[in-house]
Amino acid sequence: MKLTICHLYPDLMNIYGDRGNIITLVQRCRWRGIEAEVVPLGLGDPLDQDRCDVVFFGGGQDKEQLLVAEDLRTIKAGAIHAFVEEGGALLSICGGYQLLGRYFRTHTGEILEGIGLFDAWTVAGSRRCIGNVLIRCDFDGSGRTLVGFENHSGKTYLGSGCRPMGRVLSGFGNNGEDGTEGAVYRNAFGCYLHGSLLPKNPWFADHLILAALRRRYGEGQDLAPLDDALENAAHESVAQRIGRLGRIDSGVI
Amino acid sequence: MHLRLAAAVTAGRLATMMSRHLGVGGGTTAPGHLVRALYPAATASIAARLPQGSVLVTGTNGKTTTSRMISSVLRKAGLQVLHNRSGANLISGIASALVNGSTISGRPKADVGLFEVDEAAFPAAVAELRPRLCVLTNLFRDQLDRYGEVDFLWGLWHETLSALPESSTVLLNADDPRVAELGTDLACRVLHYGIEDESIGGSALAHASDSRFCLRCGAAYQYRAVFYSHLGHYHCPSCGAVRPQPFLRAAGCQLGVHGSRVRVEWPSGNMSVEVRVPGLYNVYNALAAVGVGVAMELEPETIQSGLSDFAAAFGRVEQVDIRGRRLFLALVKNPVGFNEVLSTILRDPGEKAMMIVINDLFADGTDVSWLWDVDFEMLAGRVLFVVASGLRAHDMAVRLKYAGVEPSRILVEAASAAALDRALEATPDGGTLYLLPTYTAMLEVRKLLVDAGHLSPFWED
Repeated sequence: MKLTICHLYPDLMNIYGDRGNIITLVQRCRWRGIEAEVVPLGLGDPLDQDRCDVVFFGGGQDKEQLLVAEDLRTIKAGAIHAFVEEGGALLSICGGYQLLGRYFRTHTGEILEGIGLFDAWTVAGSRRCIGNVLIRCDFDGSGRTLVGFENHSGKTYLGSGCRPMGRVLSGFGNNGEDGTEGAVYRNAFGCYLHGSLLPKNPWFADHLILAALRRRYGEGQDLAPLDDALENAAHESVAQRIGRLGRIDSGVI
Repeated sequence: MHLRLAAAVTAGRLATMMSRHLGVGGGTTAPGHLVRALYPAATASIAARLPQGSVLVTGTNGKTTTSRMISSVLRKAGLQVLHNRSGANLISGIASALVNGSTISGRPKADVGLFEVDEAAFPAAVAELRPRLCVLTNLFRDQLDRYGEVDFLWGLWHETLSALPESSTVLLNADDPRVAELGTDLACRVLHYGIEDESIGGSALAHASDSRFCLRCGAAYQYRAVFYSHLGHYHCPSCGAVRPQPFLRAAGCQLGVHGSRVRVEWPSGNMSVEVRVPGLYNVYNALAAVGVGVAMELEPETIQSGLSDFAAAFGRVEQVDIRGRRLFLALVKNPVGFNEVLSTILRDPGEKAMMIVINDLFADGTDVSWLWDVDFEMLAGRVLFVVASGLRAHDMAVRLKYAGVEPSRILVEAASAAALDRALEATPDGGTLYLLPTYTAMLEVRKLLVDAGHLSPFWED
């Protein structure tokens, strides 16, 4: 069995160690004997939704996001929508998450159009939200937690029909106001969690891998469990640290 | 005598003495805060009285090592150097150094000032110190939670350099496109340094994420040779922008595990220098130091000899004998530096005994996501064991597991004292333990070693 992971704009949207998510997906597949191939898709490259099993879209700096937004709208939008409608597994972080929303509004009121995969929009905020984050996920009813690290000045708001990935137990989350973090649509996820996200949250990495396997190889597919003692210890360690310190936040841009 | 300045200087020096006497620290930054609170213009006043002005060094990697190399060269030339040697490189650290190196009346007891400066503090430092020479080593993403974005920093730096008078000089790394570009439209003298010897480079970038984009037209630079990360011989295929020809170049390099030999050339001369610390990144640091010597018109033999005198800076790379083993200590702060340290260690064959200590306090960078940008994959099959320690020991252990290091060889021991004991025990007799800590972890480890008598305290270095 084989899964193809399409990595969007690896040369432009690669900030804050998000490639750790790619590494995690690849290893967790290989450790189960599932072949994993990573295909980089940059500016001008079309996305073939039949070839992709998982799509990953990381964060970047403002200048890079402008270039990417244009390409996203004109070259990749259609295929991404089609992929997600079919139940394709997608993970987007920070800048990637913002660009998959409806739009981003800058300090000066300029609108940067997204592709509206998530019914969400982002406005530039006046403070930087930085620190360790603890989220309780409710998208699958499991109540499992995610730990990560956020660093964003954008504030994302969800439309009335848009489900968040989870509720903030500690941190700012989407906007520091409504207690939500991230957004979900079918098997597409967007959130502000770096860390990287997947290594310390192996259950979520497996959630994505399983969704991808089932889409390609049938609903009967299951994943053999792995020994996640180290990953879970890391998860616990951070959760405890957050509990002791509260947020570590500098707040000011 | 300017009474307010004298009072500030006195207070600062008392604070320093007390700090060291009471063992609460090295007295390298708190006195500076005190001085600036009492008399804000103290820094500028003292610095203005340095007969030969100041040399500032900034950049992401190499500030401390480059500064120490420059210090060695300047002292060889017979100059008394006022230098924030301990590496306290914010304005407060520079102020402390100035106060402790001057008389009560605020007259510096030195010929020339030499300051390594934190990237974000650089603009303010230039404004107050009005340096004769600024060295900019490189620009990488480091501790993003502190500096926000690299582009913003670049803008600040360019604005700062544009304000330098014709009588000042900037020395820029030609091989780093972002740093080299800082030299455009400046009024002051602009000199570049770089490596010419393409044989020691690779033909392509190791990571897509090392890509850099033309500052003029946005196209991705292409490289004829890559030395490390995004440093190399680049050009823009779209608008023709190209790496500037360096004034000072490394024409030939021989790299070894204990150091390198470099053939250096510049318009009016050439010589062979010995760099007594290993790694390509130290070749760049040495080139910058030679560049300072040449820009200040020192004798080549003096520069060469000063560089040969150089011994590794506090905590950056140090070797200590302890309990029948050798301890190799190298500070790690960001992906590029970490990769270079790992490559250097792995240059010799065999399995390595290692201890990596990761903290996430303010000075270390609170976001440890950067560990996923380090190529720990090169350690797979090359380690005897790794003890993962520090506040983020578990994060480090997980990173190693996903890098392909056998889980049975990954030991987690968060407390550094216990970790050091365990790591030394597990290191074969006569073998080397490679200890790689982040900044605050380095301070902790050093304290353990100093208390046990293996190292001298950092301010005496």
